[in-house]
Amino acid sequence: MTFDPTIAAIRFGTGLSPRIAPPRSVDEMAYRLAGPDVTAARFPWFTFDEITPSPLQMAEAQRARRGLDPDSAEGKAAAEAYGALREAAAERHRRSLAVVLARGIAAEEGLRERLVRFWSDHFTVEARQTRTAHLVSAYVEGAIRPHVAGRFADMLKAVIRSPVMLVYLDQVRSVGPNSRLGKRRGQGLNENLARELLELHTLGVGGAYGQADVTELAELLTGLTWNPDRGFRFEPALAEPGAETVLGRRYGGPGEARLADIDAALEDIARHPDTARHLARKLAVHFVADEPDPALVAAMAAAYADSDGDLHATTLAMLRHPAAWGPPPSKAKTPMGFIQTALRALDMDPGRLIALPIPDLRRLIEGPLSAMGETYLRAGGPDGVEERAEAWITPQGMANRIMWALRVPERLLDRLPDPRDFVTHALGPLAPGEVIFAAEAAESRAEGVGVVLASAAFQWR
Amino acid sequence: MDRRKFLLRAGALGCSAAASPLVTPVAFADAPWEGRLVVVLLRGAMDGLDVLRPTFDPAFAGLRDGLMTGAGAGGIELADGWLLHPGLADLAPLWRAGELSFAHAVSTPYRDRRSHFDGQDMLEAGSAAEDRPERDGWLNRMLTLLPGVEARTAYALDQTEPLILKGEAPYSQWSPRTRLALTPQAQRLLELVQGTEPMVAAASARAIEIAAQVDAEAEMAEETEDMMAEMGGVTGNGAHLALARFAATRLRGDTRVAAFSLNGWDTHARQVGMLNGALGRLSETILTLKAGLGPAWDKTAVLFMTEFGRTVRPNGTGGTDHGTGGAMVMAGGALRGRQVVTDWPGLDEADLYRGRDLMPTRDVRAMAAWVMRGLVGLERGDLERVVFPGLDMGDDPRLIA
Repeated sequence: MTFDPTIAAIRFGTGLSPRIAPPRSVDEMAYRLAGPDVTAARFPWFTFDEITPSPLQMAEAQRARRGLDPDSAEGKAAAEAYGALREAAAERHRRSLAVVLARGIAAEEGLRERLVRFWSDHFTVEARQTRTAHLVSAYVEGAIRPHVAGRFADMLKAVIRSPVMLVYLDQVRSVGPNSRLGKRRGQGLNENLARELLELHTLGVGGAYGQADVTELAELLTGLTWNPDRGFRFEPALAEPGAETVLGRRYGGPGEARLADIDAALEDIARHPDTARHLARKLAVHFVADEPDPALVAAMAAAYADSDGDLHATTLAMLRHPAAWGPPPSKAKTPMGFIQTALRALDMDPGRLIALPIPDLRRLIEGPLSAMGETYLRAGGPDGVEERAEAWITPQGMANRIMWALRVPERLLDRLPDPRDFVTHALGPLAPGEVIFAAEAAESRAEGVGVVLASAAFQWR
Repeated sequence: MDRRKFLLRAGALGCSAAASPLVTPVAFADAPWEGRLVVVLLRGAMDGLDVLRPTFDPAFAGLRDGLMTGAGAGGIELADGWLLHPGLADLAPLWRAGELSFAHAVSTPYRDRRSHFDGQDMLEAGSAAEDRPERDGWLNRMLTLLPGVEARTAYALDQTEPLILKGEAPYSQWSPRTRLALTPQAQRLLELVQGTEPMVAAASARAIEIAAQVDAEAEMAEETEDMMAEMGGVTGNGAHLALARFAATRLRGDTRVAAFSLNGWDTHARQVGMLNGALGRLSETILTLKAGLGPAWDKTAVLFMTEFGRTVRPNGTGGTDHGTGGAMVMAGGALRGRQVVTDWPGLDEADLYRGRDLMPTRDVRAMAAWVMRGLVGLERGDLERVVFPGLDMGDDPRLIA
């Protein structure tokens, strides 16, 4: 089997919509993915350098409190100012969830939205404090999104320059033990970023690297740092002197350490055949099946290698392969995918979603998402969110999907669709007979819409 | 998860593709061990020095200025100069009955950075590696060593997947806050739209089944409030009570492990009132578990663990800040109770960790490991290799009767 519009929308896009026609061909999907990012232009979001409250604003507000008596007028004013910034950060974070969902509802090119989610999960970061959580959405917008149809090496280079990643995987605490500052302060290496970069981000856990490569790469990465006052920078005074050998190649030399040496290593690591295989398989597992056809993975890995790590070519190799279309749906929608595809099938007004009052956003979207088992932009570990259906299709997860399906749509929409039409909006022309029957037999619109969204058929893609 | 485990989980959900998903009369083999282990994570860092006060230490009284007043004044004299915080006064009978123990001056290997999130991750992962964001939890690794583990053997009662139970072994997750109120018609239609698909249908059927049980239990709880009160249980509607009641009901049956969290321990300001409230909930949790477990209480150990302790001296706002060494509370009929396990480090300036915190002298993971050794019968080698890799359990503190 090859291309099918319904599968294209459900498996490779953000779901079916009564308003937006599904893709007509693989060529159209490829063309759109290569073109301008029209969805982000319509629903803009901030990059790390743009987002407020900025880390510097937060740091200054914290510093302004220091040394003040908390009961004095000054102290109270400073605490209030800091509290207001924290509040603003929390609101930004929640608002970004609405923007992500709105983009999914309105996207003509749903594949790009899905790839953004895939790659931001591949390069998972977390910021669990109220004052920093909003920075993750900015990281995704600036470091991931521009590269999902570009070169993987460019994404990798953007990621290791991202403050949120440098903080999350402790690079900001890694110091070359023999560097100027390392010797003076008696500090040393932290291998966290180096290890995850090889194990999770590039070669994969079975890849051809050893502990020596991790250590050498960690030494090579020293110098990458960030703080709120000075922003991202490469600081030679933190960098371990001398050359490092990673995967058999030497980088750097006797002179001052350079960011260019790190970039050269990242280019080579991105080009490694194990990286090609790891990324190809992970994409196929995410989009198609937990155990994808080896021929599909091989075709994608070959496209990656032949294009010097071009992700558009790699994605296209998947879409061109019959094994991407043939298998019946076996991937469970994550809670994010469930809510987003439901909102798209319901044709919710994306502008209204973005403007939703924060308490409604919490009560109707963010809270239920957590109750279904997924906390927005918080994977729970550097290996990202679960791929296995059994992780999501649990009693707790289904109970909350069912309750959301029955209760929430009527609170988000002025008028619910006729359930008999909604079956096709949500599941396409080949909706199962029992779902069509149930939608007709329902006692109310809310119940009819609810049973369609809670149906087994709607949980899979 | 491999295919065999997946089938096992699907089976444990109580459904096959052929059977009607809403009828689940599947018999389950009893777990081959009887001990019940409950782990309660006290998120926010409990001040162990205030909960169990070392009044025998000559330096103690001079260090806790302002903390032992009002609701924090007085306390219950346990033994050897250990004074129990008055907020736990209701637990005094358990101490006398040998169903309450403590470990003091304990901690995970986490040091110096004092972040709640990192500290909790380390506590739940049970690892010694500070640098590495964690991927599975020690309770799950314990389950991988035991035979006959089904999804219902272990319950996580938080809404999101808790790290402590994350991993390869199957387990169930259910938040007692989840309600699934369906009209008969909606339930019939749901059954219809999921009827041909095993995984979704099984999960939904199980959800409906658990939700109905929870509702029935809530009704029964109301009817038996008086009886519960007489038996030492607690009446009321707090979230902690819902957790304890749900856990007790499961543990009376096939469930052997439950994990949940109690929040509210981050007492940076006005510690006297805040800690008193938190300890009241802790105490009610224990009493509700005991009342709800009935005879199974005698096979039960409940461990209350926190990410780290708090500073020895109060700060300027009537509270304490993030510290290092702290205390662990243990309750249950399976315990060899009425003991405080500790290598007391002392509270003189030179005895403190970095001049500010209680020095940890024992690894809190070793306490949990010895409980698992005694309660479930795991081998020491497995505990030190698989459950807590690299841990030296040290001498047996004989925590289990």
